[in-house]
Amino acid sequence: MLATALTDLWYGFGVALEPHNVMWCFVGVLVGNMVGVLPGMGPLATISILLPLTFGIKPVGAILMLSGVFYGAQYGGAICSILLNLPCHPPHAVTCLDGFPLTKQGRGGAALGITVISSFVGASWGITEMIFLSPILVRVALQFGPAEICSLMLLGLLAGSTLARGSPIKGVAMTVVGLLIGIVGSDIETGTPRFTFGIPNLFDGIEIVALALGLFGIAEFMKSINQLSEVDTKYTKVSFKDLRPTRDEFRRSVPAMFRGTIIGSLCALIPGTGPTIASFVSYAVEKKISKTPEKFGTGMIEGVACPEASTHSSVQGDFIPTMSLGIPGDAVMALILGALMIQGIVPGPQLISEHPDIFWGLVASFWIGNIMLVILNVPMIGLWVKLLTIPYKYLYPSALFFVAIGVYSTNNDMFQVGEVVVIGVIGYLLLLLDFHPAPILLGFVLGPRFEENFRRAMLISRGDVLVFIKHPISAVFVGLCVLLIGMQIYIRLRKPKVVQENIPLVELAK
Amino acid sequence: MFENLLRKRDFYAGMLMTLLGIGVTFNATTYSLGTLMHMGPGMFPFILGIVLTFLGLLIFGTGVVTPLGDDEHILPKQREWRGWACILLGPIMFIILGEFFGMVPATFSCVFVSAMGDREATWKGSFLLAAGITFFGVLLFAYVLQVPFPMFRWGH
Repeated sequence: MLATALTDLWYGFGVALEPHNVMWCFVGVLVGNMVGVLPGMGPLATISILLPLTFGIKPVGAILMLSGVFYGAQYGGAICSILLNLPCHPPHAVTCLDGFPLTKQGRGGAALGITVISSFVGASWGITEMIFLSPILVRVALQFGPAEICSLMLLGLLAGSTLARGSPIKGVAMTVVGLLIGIVGSDIETGTPRFTFGIPNLFDGIEIVALALGLFGIAEFMKSINQLSEVDTKYTKVSFKDLRPTRDEFRRSVPAMFRGTIIGSLCALIPGTGPTIASFVSYAVEKKISKTPEKFGTGMIEGVACPEASTHSSVQGDFIPTMSLGIPGDAVMALILGALMIQGIVPGPQLISEHPDIFWGLVASFWIGNIMLVILNVPMIGLWVKLLTIPYKYLYPSALFFVAIGVYSTNNDMFQVGEVVVIGVIGYLLLLLDFHPAPILLGFVLGPRFEENFRRAMLISRGDVLVFIKHPISAVFVGLCVLLIGMQIYIRLRKPKVVQENIPLVELAK
Repeated sequence: MFENLLRKRDFYAGMLMTLLGIGVTFNATTYSLGTLMHMGPGMFPFILGIVLTFLGLLIFGTGVVTPLGDDEHILPKQREWRGWACILLGPIMFIILGEFFGMVPATFSCVFVSAMGDREATWKGSFLLAAGITFFGVLLFAYVLQVPFPMFRWGH
């Protein structure tokens, strides 16, 4: 197994090291790192904005770049948290707790240095996990019939919506809304136009670009306008040589790093628990096992190393179910899957064998990208810090232009720009009512495949709904769904201590 | 339990989802439902509609039993009517001017109008930003990416 994995990886490096792919990977991590630093721009909005620009490039380059934005933003987000105490990127909110006190003590540079090392360790582990786990998952998943696929998707959707932020019921409701938006357009089997209200522009369905830009672009801008205060740059003078941690700091961080990595990779395996949850859990664990838990929050370097490593190992691990099963765990993964689908590639277990260049190229590019990020972050730290001061009032109008022209250029259709505006207003309304729009995208991307497999499963079983529990593998997934719902009810009735302790933080992360 | 109902956020959230669910369910019956074995185009949305109605009622129910929270205002404390209007007007200007006059006026007006939404925005600042973005935007989209969108046009 090791030999095949190494051969495949070798092949992947061959793909990822082609000059144009290296370039796209570099563009991706650079843009990602940049938006990670900028307060008020997240990876979701950025990937949606860049999505239409990738239509012209080859699938491998497109996926490499969009993924690069995602993990690149994680490096940038940490800078924002540690130096400014701004938890603008939820996975790094927890890093503020000990990162900012360190900054105030003048050790912000060292915290950043440790962050870069932890990130690289975490990411490397996540990638290794992807190399060995994906082929195993694929071998199992290739045996699946429509009933198994259907219940697996149900599990993915439920996990993605209940384990994310906010109320689980509202999350599930948003998933259903997403599934419904996915229905808009002509029915795949009969061609009947559904929910099109007689508008011919809607017969082809709603574009993922329009949906994503409405929800994560316009709605987000409406939420953030005039809300972001000027950043305090008092502590942001960090230069290259400040990044070096002392021997003691380094010695304390190493075990924390490895603990974080393990927690992150475990979280990545549970669909729906993305990097945010991984970082919160690992911080809580680190605090629990520490000999001096009372010192956490006053600038403990372990409190920076552990969550950062766990975020990165979980970010890379997130790609496992997405690429090997075609089931995204969160909205970013849904977008990347959407980008694959736009390129005409059907996601699912057959992806690795049918498009090995995409899969192994992506895996190899993760390493290349992470090395690029270390190189980008260490000597150029001063430049990233300067970016922190770009005011939002210049940022969002420029982004709005990219939104408008990006959507227009997908089909050269002005109607879709109008769609974005409408979806944006609805998205903001949902935000005001405490709905988180991320699961909508999850439902939207999986919706058509879910319906297709559901219909097929029903046809094969001659209309017997019990088919989902008669097949053993499918029954396991259904059982997990029930367990998930049961767990949520249990948590509702009896809030665990970890959640209560971290409530202010969870609020912060919103 | 019921006295503060109209002030609760979940009351409206649940109501919205319930109404949406009912609407979808009824709309789905206008397509053919088919049987469970041979599902018609209406069956899947029909099921989803019922599920959504149920979820809406559940949200509504949790809203009834949980006590009134501290911040149940649906609109944020500071209402940014000007900001919201400008953000929405920007892309709308892009549609109108793009349809009739081309990419350059569309881009300029989109950035200019939306930039005016910031509380500290000045005419001059917004003008400069819009001019800069128009220049680089046209360079990128018209020359590099070759988006088929004339820079100037008159009428449709």
